[in-house]
Amino acid sequence: MPAIVTPPDIERRPRRNEENDGGHGRRPPNGRDQKRTGGGGDNDNWNDRPERQRRPGQRLSTYRLGLFFALGAVFMFFIGIVSVFFVSQTTGRIDAYNRYINAWLPTTIPPILWLNTAVLLLSSVTVEMARRHMFHEIDAMEEWFGLGKPTSRRALPWLAATLALGSLFLAGQMLAWHQLAVEGISFRLAGTSGHSFYIITYAHAFHLFAGVGGLIAAVIGLFAFRRVENRQIMVDCAAWYWHSMGALWLGLFAILAFCQ
Amino acid sequence: MPRYPSDVLGSPPYALLLALWPLPGDASAHGPALDAHLLLNLWIALGLLALAHALLLGGLLVRGRRAVGQDEEAHAARRLWRAQYLPLAGLTLLFGFLTLRAERLWAGARYTGADLTAMQVEVTGVQFAWYFRYPGDDGLFGRTDPGLVAAGEGNPLGLDANDVHAADDIVSSELVLPAGREVDLRLRAQDVIHGFSVPEMRLKQNAVPGQTIHIHFTPTAPGNYAILCTQVCGLGHYRMSAGLRVVTPEEFAAWLARHGKAARR
Amino acid sequence: MNPQPQAPLTTANSPLTTVLTDHRTIGRQYLALSLIAVAIGTLLSLAMRIHLVWPDVAIFRQILPEDYLALVTLHGTLMVFFVLTTAPQAGFGNLILPAQIGARGMAFPVLNAASFWITALALLTLLSSILVPAGAAISGWTAYPPLSAVAGAGPGQALGMDLWLASIGLFAIGAMGSAINTLSTVIRMRCEGMTWERLPLTVWGWFTAALLSILAFSVLLAALLLLFCDRHAGTSFFVPAGDLVSGALHTGGNGSPLLWLHLFWFFGHPEVYIAILPGMGLTSMLLANFSRRRVFAYKLMIATTLLIGFLGILVWGHHMFVAGLNPFAGSAFSVSTMAIALPAAAKVLSWIATTWRSRPEYKTPMLFALGFVSLFITGGLTGPILAQPILDEYLHNTFFVVAHFHLIMAMAGVFSLFAATYYWFPQITQACTRPGRLMSERLGRMHFWGTLVGAYATFLPMHLTGLAGEPRHYAQLTGIPNAAAARLLAGTIALNKHITYAAIFLAMAQIPFLVNLARSCFRGAIAGPNPWRSTTLEWRPGPDADAIGDSAASAQAGAASDEAAVVVVHRAPCDYDEVENSFRPQWCADANP
Repeated sequence: MPAIVTPPDIERRPRRNEENDGGHGRRPPNGRDQKRTGGGGDNDNWNDRPERQRRPGQRLSTYRLGLFFALGAVFMFFIGIVSVFFVSQTTGRIDAYNRYINAWLPTTIPPILWLNTAVLLLSSVTVEMARRHMFHEIDAMEEWFGLGKPTSRRALPWLAATLALGSLFLAGQMLAWHQLAVEGISFRLAGTSGHSFYIITYAHAFHLFAGVGGLIAAVIGLFAFRRVENRQIMVDCAAWYWHSMGALWLGLFAILAFCQ
Repeated sequence: MPRYPSDVLGSPPYALLLALWPLPGDASAHGPALDAHLLLNLWIALGLLALAHALLLGGLLVRGRRAVGQDEEAHAARRLWRAQYLPLAGLTLLFGFLTLRAERLWAGARYTGADLTAMQVEVTGVQFAWYFRYPGDDGLFGRTDPGLVAAGEGNPLGLDANDVHAADDIVSSELVLPAGREVDLRLRAQDVIHGFSVPEMRLKQNAVPGQTIHIHFTPTAPGNYAILCTQVCGLGHYRMSAGLRVVTPEEFAAWLARHGKAARR
Repeated sequence: MNPQPQAPLTTANSPLTTVLTDHRTIGRQYLALSLIAVAIGTLLSLAMRIHLVWPDVAIFRQILPEDYLALVTLHGTLMVFFVLTTAPQAGFGNLILPAQIGARGMAFPVLNAASFWITALALLTLLSSILVPAGAAISGWTAYPPLSAVAGAGPGQALGMDLWLASIGLFAIGAMGSAINTLSTVIRMRCEGMTWERLPLTVWGWFTAALLSILAFSVLLAALLLLFCDRHAGTSFFVPAGDLVSGALHTGGNGSPLLWLHLFWFFGHPEVYIAILPGMGLTSMLLANFSRRRVFAYKLMIATTLLIGFLGILVWGHHMFVAGLNPFAGSAFSVSTMAIALPAAAKVLSWIATTWRSRPEYKTPMLFALGFVSLFITGGLTGPILAQPILDEYLHNTFFVVAHFHLIMAMAGVFSLFAATYYWFPQITQACTRPGRLMSERLGRMHFWGTLVGAYATFLPMHLTGLAGEPRHYAQLTGIPNAAAARLLAGTIALNKHITYAAIFLAMAQIPFLVNLARSCFRGAIAGPNPWRSTTLEWRPGPDADAIGDSAASAQAGAASDEAAVVVVHRAPCDYDEVENSFRPQWCADANP
């Protein structure tokens, strides 16, 4: 007599030899376990569920993975631009008088960039707060039970704060460009160093603007999506993208400030 | 009809190996070694091509006598060695040998600059012609300025008339060189990237605007050779050819003297 | 039977959205786009070949030198980007990849659809550059500055070049979106039992190509952005100070054209591996399928796929040996390039060993797979020659290089596309209401032999004209002002005539394929669930989103409802037994149906 009485229909399901569970089945898999046998479920009946709902967090990790590769592409893009920055810095030419000329005039970064950097770092903090609120277990469970949307309620102000800080950063960048232009280093009049500065900061600002778009989409999603999982995915991806843009900015800022 | 320096490539087997490949005649000092290496590569490639196809087609045509699908571990390992690792090891050695030989030739041609006694000639590519400049009696190239370029007025390179060294520079649209003397070419381009190529000297190097690139070689046999542009530079790319005329040193001296007088006029 | 809960009908899953984001539809759309691109590209190449040997023949009008260069540019761009990067990766990948890993779709369907429409827009933009008054760009698919950076450097370099830039920029974005999708799908959406070692080699090919796409296309996008700024924003990243083009002196900053070469070829070399890796994976699987054998050294094949991908990032300088690089760099790149010959040779050895003494069935896909092997060997063997800088000094930008990359990329790559089309035709044609069909074997054999003979007849002589010194991108071989140059080029005209005849023959040999394609869509033999007796998952019969109305399949499905509804993989692919003439597909729990 087996230790656990199982209903007849479960016993009819084909049991595969690879399971070493002694016949009692296993704990439901949690999303963190690395499955040796592929991206799907394992044991139990998780495989019977429609695709993309096999494991808790499967959709989230899929979106995170997609975001990771997209960020990889963005990273390579900036590597391309920054490499031009370094090569232009060290490229000289021999002029007609046989003199070596390197026309790189380092661009002093406008001091407001330090403030902008601080603002962006702060915005990373706020967006992380928002992200953590979305995943707060008790709130998520309350949503699952249908008790309102506490996650959204708690995350929304932080998202709004991030939006505000992000917009402040972009405004600060525009101010920095304006300050440079006033000094006579507008894009049109700049030398190679100035051009590189502008291209790098424009490209970053463009990507951050896309991040602002993502944040706005996440905010809209907080109201539009009913399922907490979808809202979590929106905020999570927006937040990770935001962090990456912040980290990227730190790197770019360090290069612009100290490597000229 | 290809012309070969007979003292270098006279041996019949070499001539036979060479005759199957349509390489144009070769008239530079480093050419024969390059040709020999190229031929070695070509014949090895042809041989490997034949071998690989023989194996492929042979394997398809011959019927297997035993079940080769299900193998035990040891047999599989042995087959892996025979069919993969050993041939790969052989290919590694072969390619390693070819690479080493090639790198030696490359190093000989490019790692060090020309001999200090080499003749200096500046080559400038513009859309769509080659100009060649000799430094003249003072041995120094005069100053050029792109702002002074006026091809219609006979100053295609923008020579600065105020520069004392520019007065004796000889600008020609054909490259004339004495046989047997090493020459150091300074490649420049005025507008876009051009490819300076002399197939019969086994010479090729892009001329990049903003850079002066040096290559050196020694022409050996007198004759008329083609200079072609080998980097697409615009609609006249196919017409951007010039002549390389290799002459005896006496003829060259005479040519220089003639043109020198013209330049000074 | 567990009934699927009916999802509420929102815009997200309305029938139109479902069709637009269905991966198989998108795959077919990509294939149709590539078919259009290859047809146009082939016609352009015929125009080039005809003009080269008969310069006075008018095709719509006289072909001027700038027209010829525009033909060259468009031909290269269309073929490399819109055929060889799109069809194997996005076309067949979208169609087959989810099925081969047991997933129901790609990871991000909306991104998938968006990538396709961006790519379609890119093609339209490129083709629109033909209609520009000054003509299309003439700087080749490699777009070296300053020719590509200065509008006055040639006809077509103003608006034509801008449109080219826009087109390739859009394409890069589309390609990256597609690659993100592929990678996420392969990593996250494999079914149960589909471990990394059990992935079919086609999936490994798509996976590696997608990794390369992520790395390479972004750098291309950076380069395009900088070139755009040079052209329109007054920067000087690629144009040196004092550059004098058509009387206009560049007085801005100092840039280096060599920088573009580095950025472009850092993209350009992985690009050609993106083009060929899926084909190599497919060839392995096809040879195994029709020889009824396992792939020889399967794990080694996985390793070589990844190794070729990785090494492909390290070799870009071999396009720049004579471009003005430091000669030491040339030596370094030469070594890394020769190194790639080894995993490639390992693959060739595996292909030969897989079919060794196997007496395969010579169905059309098998013929094209064998053709791929042959062309890969032929084209590949000239690679090590070009990888040695001292030899490249003679052969760079001659027709020897043209022969090399056409044989290995254009012909071998295209052979893998043909093989894929014939092999997966049932998958292409299968829909909810229509069964999958097979293409005609007779026409397929005609197509194969014509194309194989035409390919060799066209491209083998190019080695000889290249050795004789014929350079690339020459609009004519006659009318050359310099006598010595004229003589040298005139010597190649006879061979060039043969090449042109062969090229015309090669183009004609595609007619059976087109006829076959059109006819078989409606009148082809109906394919059973697994017509090639394959082991990979895309041939698994059973109720699917696109299930066939095939009684046999649904009966089988009904009988094993649990198994059919849920995909589980039990073994590696290619479990063929040629002695007993049986096979064990990946999805069967026990021995063969």
